[in-house]
Amino acid sequence: MFPTPIQHASKTRQRLYTVALPVVLFLWLLPLLAIFMTSIRPALDINSGNLFGWPSSFDLIDNYVAVFTQSEALRYFWNSVKVTVPTVIISVSLACLAGYGLAIYRFKLALPLFFLFIAGNFVPFQILMVPVRDLSVRTGLYDTVTGLVLFHAAFQTGFCTLFMRNFIRDLPRELIESARIEGVGELRIFWFLVLPLVRPAIAALSVLIFTFIWNDFFWATVLTQGESSKPITAGIRALNGQFVSQWHLVSAASLMAAVPPILIFFAMQKHFIAGLTLGATKG
Amino acid sequence: MKSVVPPVRRSWLHQHRVAIAPWLFVAPALLFFSVYVIMPIFQSIAISFYEWNGLYNAEGESTATWVGTQNYVKLLDDDRFFVSLKNNLIWLVFYMLAVPVGLAIALFLNQTVTGIRVYKSLFFFPFVISQVVVGLIFGWFYNPDFGVIGSLWKAAYCEEVINIVGNVSTRCAKSPPDILADETWATYGIIVAGLWPQIAYCMILYLTGLNNVSSDQIEAARLDGARGWRMLRHVILPQLAPATFLAIVVTVIGALRSFDMIAIMTRGGPYGSTNVLAYYMYEAAISEYGDRYGYGSAIATVLFLIMLVYISYFLWRMYQDEKGR
Repeated sequence: MFPTPIQHASKTRQRLYTVALPVVLFLWLLPLLAIFMTSIRPALDINSGNLFGWPSSFDLIDNYVAVFTQSEALRYFWNSVKVTVPTVIISVSLACLAGYGLAIYRFKLALPLFFLFIAGNFVPFQILMVPVRDLSVRTGLYDTVTGLVLFHAAFQTGFCTLFMRNFIRDLPRELIESARIEGVGELRIFWFLVLPLVRPAIAALSVLIFTFIWNDFFWATVLTQGESSKPITAGIRALNGQFVSQWHLVSAASLMAAVPPILIFFAMQKHFIAGLTLGATKG
Repeated sequence: MKSVVPPVRRSWLHQHRVAIAPWLFVAPALLFFSVYVIMPIFQSIAISFYEWNGLYNAEGESTATWVGTQNYVKLLDDDRFFVSLKNNLIWLVFYMLAVPVGLAIALFLNQTVTGIRVYKSLFFFPFVISQVVVGLIFGWFYNPDFGVIGSLWKAAYCEEVINIVGNVSTRCAKSPPDILADETWATYGIIVAGLWPQIAYCMILYLTGLNNVSSDQIEAARLDGARGWRMLRHVILPQLAPATFLAIVVTVIGALRSFDMIAIMTRGGPYGSTNVLAYYMYEAAISEYGDRYGYGSAIATVLFLIMLVYISYFLWRMYQDEKGR
């Protein structure tokens, strides 16, 4: 193990490490802690300039309730759910199929097609912006949740296919070949043999795509306009304008937006990290 | 010897199932991906040769007019374009700090003490949060009147004065810096905010990489007397190469994609000084002054070409890997 385990170091260094750990973490998360402290302050503190001292009262519940009752935050939140969940389902399902097709069969175009998905996944959003917006306007999907879902699902399919294809290719080939010799149909092989084996990959992709889409801001601003379809990220910006200098409410709203990805991350940490490392490094 | 069993008549479809099957599996994803990703790339490039406000006439025909390379010629004369390009370069250079800092934190955390798992996940937190939230947090951090910087400044340079009527006001020897309103420093202010989640990302890549470093090699190197810095350089880093590669790839792409934070923190200002191509394109294409789809698409095409260099490199690396299998 590198660096040398601290247990082998001198007592002083061990003690130093135990102290340094929480201190560094505190500094690292200072911005987040500061905004959390702000979100539980009363308006009075903000106006009187008491931003870093002890809050004069703890208004956690009042502030968070205020965010939801005085603004459209609840609706934005629900829109985010309506965009994120179907996107995850569609893109992961499509990628399971495509990943299987590209990993198992040896055909000439397998590699070029695979590279097409990878390349598409890395392009800057701006090169897609005008045509996608135009397409959405012409098909009546502009400013709708469906329009956002369709685009996100299509775009994320690239990354998901990359991931799935690599995962499936590492499965033992003999398994599939022997099933074929037994005369099992291709679809049945996929459904009964491969799908159960790729469950970890499905989990990893789901949590990752959930976080990506939940946090998306660019497409939310490009493809939506009104309140009816605006997700929480774009909503926060609107709230920021509405709650001018009411920092306690802006902070509360921002933290609320961060809660679902944080929960997902904590619940499925192992899968999340496996997904981020593209499954390239296992462990 | 002839088979006694009469040959079962199989349909053409069944005979060729192994050749057809992959296309059926790939088709839905490919169709979807082509409509929303592949085709728009070419459409954007085409639109960059037109002048268009995104509207259609009564017959449903596009109102775009062909202008040839005029949009690109205009780009060459556009100061804001070059400022954006320069800022992209600054982003690329300074965003790269995420890689060594991420490695440093990973090395710091790669221990087995009680609770280290919780520490690791808490360190990873910034990456999970939306960049919009990160932008808001840092925007507030930098605020000269009621942000962290402002307050620290006041503590150091200001004193409270009470006037005759009894009102308290503060008088400062130097007024606190307004980082995001300063043309020179605003971009760096945003990059620092952007580094926060990116460092977390690189850290997690390295932590995973460190997990897989072969302990045999470390022990062998230790017996040879390698320690500390030399060990890191000659034994550990080579083994971390896949993690480093991935960290650089995601950081470059992150730097060129920077949009959210700029939109939240400065909207490209003051006076366009924090613009990058990604944001300037958006501003040019959809702005209060009317939509300039053609001009925006020209900017997007330039950004795409820059990114294409990295994409090609990445694909080439992947291709080498595939050949090696």
